[in-house]
Order: sequence, then structure tokens, then C-alpha cells
Amino acid sequence: MILRRLTLLALLFCIAACSPIKPWVKPYERQKIADEIMSFERDPIADSYLHHVYDAREAARGGDGASGGGCGCN
Amino acid sequence: MRAKPRAAAMVHREVAVAVTKRVLILLLCLFTASAQAAVLPDERVDVLYHGYDGGGVQVDGPSILVRKNVGPSVSVAANYYVDMVSSASIDVVTQGSKYSEERKEASLSGKYLIDRSTISLGYVGSKENDYDAKTFSFGIDQSFFGDLTTLGLGVSFGDDVVGQNTDPTFSRDLQRRKYSFNASQIVTKNLLASLSFDSVNDQCLDLTEEQTCLNNPYRSVRYMTESGGYSYQAELYPHTRNSDALGIRAIYYLPYRASIRAEARQFSDSWGIDADNFELRYLHPYREQWLFEVKYRIYSQTGADFYADLFPYKDAQNYLARDKELSPFSSNTFGLGVTYKIPAGLIPWFDKSTANFYWDRFDIDYDDFRDLRSPDEYATGDEPLYSLQANVFRIYLSFWY
Repeated sequence: MILRRLTLLALLFCIAACSPIKPWVKPYERQKIADEIMSFERDPIADSYLHHVYDAREAARGGDGASGGGCGCN
Repeated sequence: MRAKPRAAAMVHREVAVAVTKRVLILLLCLFTASAQAAVLPDERVDVLYHGYDGGGVQVDGPSILVRKNVGPSVSVAANYYVDMVSSASIDVVTQGSKYSEERKEASLSGKYLIDRSTISLGYVGSKENDYDAKTFSFGIDQSFFGDLTTLGLGVSFGDDVVGQNTDPTFSRDLQRRKYSFNASQIVTKNLLASLSFDSVNDQCLDLTEEQTCLNNPYRSVRYMTESGGYSYQAELYPHTRNSDALGIRAIYYLPYRASIRAEARQFSDSWGIDADNFELRYLHPYREQWLFEVKYRIYSQTGADFYADLFPYKDAQNYLARDKELSPFSSNTFGLGVTYKIPAGLIPWFDKSTANFYWDRFDIDYDDFRDLRSPDEYATGDEPLYSLQANVFRIYLSFWY
């Protein structure tokens, strides 16, 4: 199921890739995007610690944009 | 008689040529899209102290990160992290005795910037008295369409050695592989989105059928005895585990200076576990110095095919588990956080400094894991379901230079 959804998204991206795309958000329009409150990973070690807690407490892993290491969670 | 196959072959060849042309056009489109150069991550130092307290387990310790650029194209980072564990968890209370241990982790990583691409290399090593882990990782990111889109591919190779304190001869080799795909997109002037897909494979090496490496070697399952009570036998897990996880995240800049972030993830693995989680986070700056965060997350999972709280008899099936992390459960997490920007100039040498405190509260309700701490009060299998509450805090200082 997850792979099927990912394939669909990849196909949509492929279709988009060949259209004449021009950046619709110009560099000078990215002031808000560059604000620190718009960061997915504002403080890396604080975020990775919380992912470590989730990994230790839950069976799910990955899909969170974090790089992996040995958990030693057993 | 041979005309038809020849015609069919020609059609196939034309189709193949057309497909090849389209793939080439697609690749050309991707790699010639105008874009600006990517950037290296910030140079910074973070000093963090973390704490976890819940379910009879206390874990705390420091974590230190130093990230520095070397020239205009290289960024290196080193992280040292410690977990000091004191455990009287429900497993320990019902099947063993309280213990303390320490886990140390060190990592070194580097990024190399080439035009619109970033190449990453990393190493993570962790050690505790009964578990050693080493992970090497490699990744490449490329930005497209004027930096509106960034795609990344990554792979990591891990080799773990699982030990057991009570048996010095116990040693199990575990091989881990992780393949990642990431995409992030500037959708509008106010909206960022990202997608992450990870496929993970764990494989025990050189084990007999009776041996196992993917479980906690101290944990047992319980089974009914003929007298109506219960007894314990060792867990036995499959030698492999494959899992896929797909996560999507988005951050939206509100009409005033604040952001709201949403996250959803779906997970499934070869052990029959399906899980999903959703998170909502609100970030609100106050004046120039303060940043407040409120967060709510829900998570739920189904149990592994071979999990049971109580097996009907000994050796009831080929694989046996009673790890509450493999049981069906749901959890809620509520979090609060505050960041204070230390006025510039107060701490010399640094361009910017912050002091941060973040607290998360976990409430986990297990649907098929029973609390056995009062065995005389309940009949076997009628014990109350277990639930766990945990407080997690992170207190840290960050410095940019």
C-alpha cells in the first residue's frame, strides 16, 4: 500500500518534471520560508533525541526525515 | 506467417524507443532545470541535557553537537550522546530485578557541497554493556527548479552485536540496511512540504532456528499451565524484519508571524504491524526574544502476528513475543516548549545564542498487555490492562558562530 502511494507520487512528479516549470516562488519572495519558525529541523540534537524516544517506545520506524543509527532499544 | 511476429517486434521496438526517449527527456528536464546553489548547514554548538521518566524507567544524560565548516564546500559535525538508564520497568519488576546501565553514542558526519548537490557521509557508533552498534550512511541531495524542490536519496549499513550480561558467550550478529528517499518542496510563499520514505531491513546472521537476535534476550513470554496459572518461556522472533514507512510533513506561515506544522506517517512491516501517527505543532514568537511551541501527537499500531499477552500452552507457535512495543496500543503526546534568545553580545564569540526548555508528556494505553504486578488478585488472563505515562524533557543551549 505504502509503495503504491509512493509510486503514484513519483509518477505525478515525473509528469510535472517535463512541463515547462518556472520557479513560481521567486527568491525575493522567500523571506517567510527562510524564517526560523519554518524549519522542519530547527535544533538537530533536540529533534533526534525525541525520535530516539519514539523509536524506543513504538514499533514504527523511519519516514520521519531523520537519519538512522543503532538504537540499542532492546 | 512470419509477418505478424515481425510487425509485433517492430511495434515493441518503437514503443521501447519512445519510452527511452521520454525517460531521457525526463532526466534532461530534471538535471538541466535552473536552480540556485544549495547551502551548507549552520555552524553551531548545542549542549543538551535530556531526561525520561515513566513506567519505572529513568533515562537521562548529555548530548553535545559541534558543527563546523571547512572551507566553502565542506561541513563536518560531531555528536556525543549518553543515556544513563535506571530501570524498574514492568518487564523488569515481573521477570527480573532492577538494573542500571549506560549507553554511549558518538557520531561523525560530513557534507560536501557541489553546485546544487550535497553529498553526505556519516558514521554512528554506540556501545552499552550488552549491545554494540555501528552504522555507516551515505546520501545525496539535489535541488531543482530554482531551489523549489529538493530530492534526496540515502542508504545506511548497520552492523550490531547483541550480547547478554548473564551469559558472556551469548553473541548475535545483526545486519541492518536502510534505504531512504526524501523530497521537500516550497509550495507557496507561505507553505513548505516534505515527503520521506524509508525501507528498512534487519537480518540476523548465522543463527540456528532456536536462536534469535531481534528481541530483548532477557524477555520471556507467558503461557497457561494445566493448573490454571501461568509460566514463562523464552521469546523467539523471526530472523528478518522488513518495514516501509511513508511520512509527509508541511509547515504553513500564518497571516501573522507564527507557524503551524502538520505531520502524518504510515508504517507497515513484515511482522504484521501497521502503525500511523499524526502531529500538529504550533510555533509562536513573542517579541524578539521568545519562541513558544505547543504540540499534540497521536500514534496507534496493531500487534505483531506472533505477539500474545498469554499463550494457551508452551511452544504454542513457532514465533513467540510478549514485548509491549509489539502489542496493539495507542498513545497521545502533548508537548510544550520555549526558546529564549540570549541578547547579542552577552555571550562573546557567538553571533547568536539560545536557551531552550521542552517538555513532552506521553500517555500510552496498551490494548493487549496486562499488568502482572499483583498476580494474586486476579485470575490468569483477567489482569488489568497496562498503561504508561512518561515525562520527557530537553533542556539545551545553542550557539551559532
